Formats: sequence, C-alpha cells, structure tokens
Amino acid sequence: MLKIDNLHVRVAGKEILKGLSLEVKAGEMHALMGPNGAGKSTLGNVLAGRDGYEVTAGTIEYDGRDLLALEPEERAAEGVFLAFQYPVEIPGVNNTYFLRAALNAQRKHRGEPELDSMQFLKKVREKLAVLHLKDELLHRAVNEGFSGGEKKRNEIFQLALLEPRLAILDETDSGLDIDALKMVADGVNAMRDPARAFLVVTHYQRLLDYIVPDVVHVLADGRIVESGDKSLALKLEEHGYAWIAGRRAPDAIGAGAV
Amino acid sequence: MASALLESLLGADDATLPSAAPALARARGEAAARLRRDGLPGPRDERWKYTSLRALEQRRYVDGDCGAGHRAVDPSAYLLAGVEGPRVVFVNGVFRADLSDLRASPGLEIVRLGTDPLGFAAALTDVDALPGSTDAFALLNTALATDGMLLRVAAGTRVTEPLHLVCVGAAADADVAWQLRLRIELGEGAALRVIEQHVAADAHAHFGNIVADFRLAAQARLDLVQVQDAAQGAALIRRTGARIERAAHLRMHTIELGAQLMRHELAIALSGTGARFESRGVFALHGRQHADTRMQVVHDARDTACDIAWRGVADQRARGVFHGAITVAAGADGADAQLSNKNLLLSPLAEIDTQPVLEIHADEVKAAHGATVGQLDEQALFYLRSRGLPLALARRVLVAAFCGAVLSGLDVPVLRARIDALLAARLPQAEDAA
Repeated sequence: MLKIDNLHVRVAGKEILKGLSLEVKAGEMHALMGPNGAGKSTLGNVLAGRDGYEVTAGTIEYDGRDLLALEPEERAAEGVFLAFQYPVEIPGVNNTYFLRAALNAQRKHRGEPELDSMQFLKKVREKLAVLHLKDELLHRAVNEGFSGGEKKRNEIFQLALLEPRLAILDETDSGLDIDALKMVADGVNAMRDPARAFLVVTHYQRLLDYIVPDVVHVLADGRIVESGDKSLALKLEEHGYAWIAGRRAPDAIGAGAV
Repeated sequence: MASALLESLLGADDATLPSAAPALARARGEAAARLRRDGLPGPRDERWKYTSLRALEQRRYVDGDCGAGHRAVDPSAYLLAGVEGPRVVFVNGVFRADLSDLRASPGLEIVRLGTDPLGFAAALTDVDALPGSTDAFALLNTALATDGMLLRVAAGTRVTEPLHLVCVGAAADADVAWQLRLRIELGEGAALRVIEQHVAADAHAHFGNIVADFRLAAQARLDLVQVQDAAQGAALIRRTGARIERAAHLRMHTIELGAQLMRHELAIALSGTGARFESRGVFALHGRQHADTRMQVVHDARDTACDIAWRGVADQRARGVFHGAITVAAGADGADAQLSNKNLLLSPLAEIDTQPVLEIHADEVKAAHGATVGQLDEQALFYLRSRGLPLALARRVLVAAFCGAVLSGLDVPVLRARIDALLAARLPQAEDAA
C-alpha cells in the first residue's frame, strides 16, 4: 500500500530524512519509534503533504501512485489520514460543519453521493460513542478550548469518521493520561481492518501495550536503523535509544521492513 | 470649480431651488456656494489621505433620477423571511410607496421628508450641530437632497418589530447622483431596531450620498444593522452622526461588501453620563473595490463606554481603510474605550490601512486599542486540507470564520445567513490569489 524508497527531505535548508525506506502493506500496524529529532514527525508531514518539506531524493508510492504528486486534499480523499501531533485550533469553524464538509468533500472526490445531515449525524453518533466523546464537542469550534486529551481523541474520532485506508498517528499518545490512552487505543483497534494500514509514530513503548504492532521500526538521524517485531519496542524501552546508536551498523541503514 | 462632478450637479451659478420653506432654500444656497468655492477635498487633506476622490471628481452625473418612481425592482433582493415590520424603500434615493409598508405602530412615527419641506428644513439645519456637517459631501447633501425619512419613537415606546430600511440602486438612462437624508429620534427610554440594506437591482455606476443623524435621548436604545451590498460599479458616500444621551445605547453591526468606492464617516458623541456605543463591523472586498470607514467617537461625559471591533478582508487588488479615533474629553472620567481592528490580506496586491487613534484628556480612563494586518493561518489551512477540504473551500471557511468572529451578537438569523452566503460567494475570489 505504501512504499517509501530512499527518501531525502530538507526542512528550512537542513536535511532531516536521509534515505528513509519503508514498506507498509494493507492490514498491517507499523510502529515508528526513535529519539527526538530523528525525523518521525517530518515523515508524517511529508506523507500528508504539508508545505515547507522539500523532497530532494527518493519516492513515495501509495497504491502504485506517486503520492508526492497529489495535493493534501487529494491525498485525504484517496484515503491518507494524519492524526496531528498538535491538532490546530480553528476559532469560528464549527466542528460539525467541518467534519461534514471534510467527509462530503472526500466522498465527492471519490464520486460517492454526499451525506445529508441526518445520515451524517447518525454516523457521527456511532463514532462518538466509541471514543467516549460528548455530543457537546460537536457544537464547539474545531479544537478550540479542547484539553490536550480531547484534541487527541478528536483526531481519532475524525479517523473513525473519515475511514481512511492509511492512517498515520503522529505521537497521538503524548500528553494523554492512561484512561485517555486506552480510549484512543480502543478507537484505533476498532478501526483495524485487512484493508487498512497504520503507521504509529511514538516515543514510548507504552502505547504499544494497547495497540499491538506487527512491525516496529527505529528511526535515528533520518534513517530506519532497525526493524523487528513488537519485542523490539520492549528492548528499546529497556535499553534506551543509546543502545540503538551503538548498533547503527552501515548494513542496517536503509533496511526496509517486513 | 475644477470638479466635473460638482459642475454637473450644482451648475455654475448660485441659483437656488425654489422651496416652500425659506430656511431650506437658504441652507441649500449656502451649502452650494460653499462647495463651489472650496470644491471636494484633495489629497493633502489628512482625512482623505487613503481615499482619492480624483476619479469620482472627474465624473459627471445627472442630479437625481426622475424615473426612479417606476424602475423595476425585484423585492427578493432585500426581503428577509421573518422581517415583517414596517418597511421603507428608496430607489436611487427616491421613496417608493409601492414597495414600502408604513403601517402604523403606536409610538412610531415615520415621516417622509420629501413631502414635508418644513420638517426637511428642520432636519437639515439642525444637523449642522453635528460634527463634520460642513464636510463637502454633507454640504452636497444639504444642497441637493429632496427625499429622506424621519423616524421618531415616542418616549417610553419600545418598538418590537425591526424597521426595514432599504436603499436600492437601479440602472437609469444615465449615471445618477442621488442624495438621501435620514434622521432617527428616540425619546427617553425608547427602543428601536433598524435593519438597513443597500442592494443593487442591476448593474450601474450611480453615486449615492447619504447623511444620517441619530438622536438618542436618555436611556434610549437603537440597534442598527447595516448590510451594504451596493452595485459593484457604484460610489457610495455616507455620513452618520449620533448623539447619545445619558445611559442611552447605540449598537451597530455594519457589513460592507459592495460598491466600487465606499466611504462611511461616523461621528459619535457620547454626550450623557453612562452613554454607550457598540460597533461591530466587517468589510470584505475584492476586485478593485475601495472601502474606507472612518469612525470618530468622542467621550464627552462620565462613565461612557465605546466598544469597537472590526474585521477587514481584502482580496485581489482591493483596498480597505479603517480609521478608528477615540477622544476622551477632559472630565469624562470613568470612560471605557475599546477598539480592535483585525485584517486579512488574501492577495499580495490587496492593501489594508488601519489607523487606531486614542486621545485621552481625562483621568481614570480604561482604554485599549489594537490593530493587525495578517494573512490566512497556514497551519489551519493545512489542517482543513489534510481532512479533504479543497484549497478554495478551506480558504472560504477560514475567511468566513474570521469575519464571523465579530458577528456573534447579530441576532437576526436570516440576515446572518444572507451575510454568510454573500461572503462565501465573494471571497476568496480566485484560488490563485494567494
């Protein structure tokens, strides 16, 4: 589904990703771990199409298409979803309006009929229940005045509503207490599907107790330096990222997954 | 007289219009003579620094539309579902009885000035007491206005149905200059809501010039919503003067969307203890529109308050000007003056000039003012797009939210919906405008 090959990315003139390769197949849950500054968030932003990330080399194939050639909204409509590390507050834009506009814009792009407000609200109510979010949240402006935990849950709520095929979760666990973490994990696990792939970016192993990955990658200095099964996350937790730095042999560089 | 505009409207000599009221004839004659002598303000006039009258000055107009009484007007341009109170409609500055509805309402008096020369004379001469009434366009209005409306609410009367005031611009055989005089008088403790709309029946390039004068006696309350969506080719100059007495409250919502050239001067006098002025406004411009709002508020008594929050958006080559000046006179202790003006540029060729001015001569004053000019928030734009909203829609959503921030108090839902629809249709104009 997603095939990243030798990706080099510059941000503000500085090379952040230095030959990252990664392959994610439908139905798989991949975790991407690594120290601060390794380039984890950069990868998420590049996949979603944010401005200011200059791809200097490499390719990203999504469903056999060149993902980099698509506008952010086209990527969304084609099923790519990024759960933001820092969800943006948008004063004055009603959450319900925003969600319906998003869903219908995607449906329109795919040639599907738009949902009327009854159909939409029915769908919304189903998904809210899964994330234990209050109805009241729908009447507020997008993320405005939300607590950190509410913002993150709202991201997963959007994920549930928009039903993407490739979901990238950028440190969705940061700033969450254990109850909120479980709700987020429940929401994500409920979405696991043979046709859907996940790339979960996280600092900590904690999230992976609840969202069990098929593959764990370690990103350091712009490259994937180690890939393995879920036990790799436990090893990292035990030894810290310094252990990885010591293991960074040239032959591990660029080692893809799976 | 180097001005083609003045020459076409006033003629060369000091002949005055015949009138049943000598005071009216005299006021007109004096105004015309003064205009011929002084002309329109030039670029060196500080008050007109950001708005050039050069193009307007070189145009010729016909004074008044003699065919205004039978111009075809589709009322759907202004009718608002649920707004079923009295309605006063002017077409090219001429009152239209067939489109209006002057139903009687206890305590509310509606007088058409065009048929009441004595009342007109009183309104014209009394307005001289207001600041700025000797400005060129006020003089032009005095010299030429033949129609207008006086609304008077008796002391203690609270009119429940909003009064609907509509100015329609309609194409004529030539470009018309029309004048209109409005006066609203609220007696002690009286309350009135007014919805003022400016709409275009069709494309034209008329020049409208309105002088409005509000008098709020003690504890009166006037709630005024103005939605200006005049023809894209039109010029519209407005002057609003208000005197607000003890514990009276003037609340305005002003939306400026139309006209090629728009200038609105407001002179607000907080004359009585506890008087209050509240203004919420939006200008949203595109093409080569030019809109200039110039607000001057004077705190002249103790414990007076003004609260001004305006937002401006300019796209393409449009230019917006906002000048907000607040003066707290000596002795007006306890005054509270708040002014905020935030603006959004949607195109590198658009321009917005904002000028907050605070002048304080009293002690114990609470005052804050601020102005910003910025661009659409890239983070918010990306967030919306990442969820599937196309760029153009994402921009429209953010512009509407930006403008809507000052319209939350506009409690006429049908009007709010119309404003939102107009905004969505106009801005941003083009996807490549960024």
